Amino acid sequence: MKAGVVAYGTYIPRFRIRAEEIARVWGENPENIRSGLGVFQKSIPDIDEDTATISVEAAREAIERSGIDPERIGAIFVGSESHPYAVKPTATIVGDALGCGNFFHAADFEFACKAGTAGIQTCLGMVKSRMIEFGLAIGADTSQSAPGDPLEYSASAGGAAFIIGDKPIAEIESTLSFTSDTPDFWRREGQPYPSHGGRFTGTPAYFRHVISAARKIMEENGYKAEDFDYAVFHQPNGKFPVRAARMLGFRKEQIEQGLVVRMVGNTYSGSSILGFSAVLDIAKPGEKVLLVSFGSGAGSDAFIFNITDRIESYPRKPAVWDKINQGVHVDYSTYLKLRKKIKMK
Amino acid sequence: MLPRFWRKIKYRYDIVGSVCETCNTKYYPPRNFCPICRRRSSIKEEMFEGKGKVLSYTVVHDTPEEYKLEKPYIIALIELDNGPVITSQVVCSENEIRTGMRVKKAFRKYFEDGEDGIIYYGTKFVPDED
Amino acid sequence: MERVAIIGVGQSEFGELWDSGFREIVLKAGIDAIEDAGLEGKEIEAIYIGNMSGGRYLAQEHIAALIADYSGLAELGVPATRVEAADASGGLALRQAYLSVASGVHDIVIAAGAEKVTDVGSEMTTDIMASSADREWEGFVGATIPALYALMARKHFEMYGTTPEDLARVSVKNHKNGALNPKAQFRREITVEDVLNSPKVAEPLRLLDCAPLSDGAAAVILANEKIAKEYADNLVFIKSCTQASDYLALHSRRDITTMEAVRKAASLAYKMAEVSPQNIDVVEIHDSFTIAEIMAYEDLGFVEKGKGAELIREGITELDGSLPVNPSGGLKACGHAIGATGIRQAVEITSQLRGEAGKRQVDCETGLSLNIGGTGATAVVTIYGVV
Repeated sequence: MKAGVVAYGTYIPRFRIRAEEIARVWGENPENIRSGLGVFQKSIPDIDEDTATISVEAAREAIERSGIDPERIGAIFVGSESHPYAVKPTATIVGDALGCGNFFHAADFEFACKAGTAGIQTCLGMVKSRMIEFGLAIGADTSQSAPGDPLEYSASAGGAAFIIGDKPIAEIESTLSFTSDTPDFWRREGQPYPSHGGRFTGTPAYFRHVISAARKIMEENGYKAEDFDYAVFHQPNGKFPVRAARMLGFRKEQIEQGLVVRMVGNTYSGSSILGFSAVLDIAKPGEKVLLVSFGSGAGSDAFIFNITDRIESYPRKPAVWDKINQGVHVDYSTYLKLRKKIKMK
Repeated sequence: MLPRFWRKIKYRYDIVGSVCETCNTKYYPPRNFCPICRRRSSIKEEMFEGKGKVLSYTVVHDTPEEYKLEKPYIIALIELDNGPVITSQVVCSENEIRTGMRVKKAFRKYFEDGEDGIIYYGTKFVPDED
Repeated sequence: MERVAIIGVGQSEFGELWDSGFREIVLKAGIDAIEDAGLEGKEIEAIYIGNMSGGRYLAQEHIAALIADYSGLAELGVPATRVEAADASGGLALRQAYLSVASGVHDIVIAAGAEKVTDVGSEMTTDIMASSADREWEGFVGATIPALYALMARKHFEMYGTTPEDLARVSVKNHKNGALNPKAQFRREITVEDVLNSPKVAEPLRLLDCAPLSDGAAAVILANEKIAKEYADNLVFIKSCTQASDYLALHSRRDITTMEAVRKAASLAYKMAEVSPQNIDVVEIHDSFTIAEIMAYEDLGFVEKGKGAELIREGITELDGSLPVNPSGGLKACGHAIGATGIRQAVEITSQLRGEAGKRQVDCETGLSLNIGGTGATAVVTIYGVV
């Protein structure tokens, strides 16, 4: 069976805040942020949005575009690091909101920013082993960042949903993961904001895992960078994915389409897969895509996708970049209120 | 609130209402019984598409406690295409909202039972550009 | 059917009555009514009490028993019934009392209405009021009562050209009348600018478009004609008292600028009283919101649908107009003591028809009161006359 992505949907909340607005409040030079972090603006969830609402909207788009009967979905996995409940899964809310009936497997995943791709791998296994007909894997987040912390410039909100099954629009030729216990970025139970190891998040964390997974999957399948039409890497900022691409021998043109972080921020569990969705929006049959996610703690999931003929009849409007560019900008105080960073009675 | 909310999840998470097959009247919220046909009712569940137009709206400034953070918000009567009229919130700016505006459904959070309580999700509406 | 007359009226002050509890205000209204009728008290055969929410305001149910107890009537075993239809509870009590006398079952009964809202915080008060609409499908989504009336107002503006100034004029009129009413909560005149500049509640309604929720109690004593004549000469008769219902939620109504329950109740009331809208000389209308008064002008048949604003623009419903509406000051100036309002309206019309309305007296022989529950799911129309 050639299984893979049968349908995909995305959701990005409509509010945006520019890097210079955050910089203004904290006395930073916005130019340093733009050139240093490579993030120009990020998305902000509305007061009545959270990971569950984003997941439902993204999944509904996938269902609507594909016309798949939700009752045929045999498994739902929602990956996030900002699930609305610490205990009570988002997957069940999605299942009821989509009308999937009651007979489906469900669980929530957590693996920092790669929880969504972990879900894709799990669905793939269940589909190929014929345990289920279709599996729904979602990566979505409304991540928090401490006021004044550099993460404030990038931690954003959004998500993507993938229906995995047979007769795909993007076949998964191969997938593997590289995992280790690396404490680069974490959040203890009950803490509102995450902590991170500063520069430690670079070489020992992001780069080690992304590069290792990418090299291995290309080696095992006999590919080189130039064999791919597109490459998408996890995007915590606008710099890391560009450097990873260079280290692996990819050209700027191969990663440009999927580099959404500059204009939407880091949607954490939605990050690499939102970039991948942007690629799917324009990909043509016969093209090959490399996707490598990264989750702190740490691990990378790598995928090789082959775009099939079926993508031509899959509705792809509005595109991810259309959604990214349709934002409403707000100021920092509105941002604080929307993100509930203001301590209320 | 908890059992009352749970019982209606299906009808809040999406626009699932009723139709009376005897007189073809559509209802949302759902009914067990058609007020027009009464004992001749033949009620079946029906899911409405979730697109419609604004019949009337108001911007609410004096909000109940659970909606304090959202003040002001917009309440509207929405006439669904091929469906009934429903009361819901429309998420858009005060400048955008107008009678006759096309809207489509969106899955959103309504309110919660405090920071440690259950979150009540449901269907709101957003402008439908197409 | 027996002819029913009002032989006694009584009312507490309406407002924020910090020094009086529920029992005190009901007793005040009841005793005033008994004295006004010239009764001793033991003649009362049944009590009908309208109260919307003793359970949430006072954590007290079994309100009727409480009233019977404190009024000394439980000592005599008099049957006491509490009725509820949100803010039409008073109207319901009046109608149940009327029916019990008209049917011949009782000779003399008392109909009272009372509410004590200030013993809980204002957020609780608002929430309790919200239970007069559909909690599950209107309240849940954040549609407050003012929001629901605002939806009606906007539609009325768009369909008929009614304006915020028209609504403001209603409020100004009622405040002007209230200034002449010693029992009104607000006795200060206001201007159209005051209304248009008051804080927004739910657009297009502003604070001064909305009646305040208040403490208050009122009572009327009804008797059949034969008995009534033994107690008084200046009798006021209830010529008809009708009630109708409509769908609870606004979204179920066919036309949100019309209250079908009002139209149905009014139509039947006119028929049974054998009068037409033109014969009505004075009216008390349920102005929980200014738009409600304008819609009621139409639904009561005083003017055709859509033309309600003309009456207020032309001053027809002012105290010195040809059809004075809310000479008492209405809910807006008197204060809306929810369950008490329907009875307070009866007290006002009776006073007017007796010629006892002091500075706000109008020339009248036939009056009408309209009490509405929530956003119009219940309507009670009562027509009164001196013959």
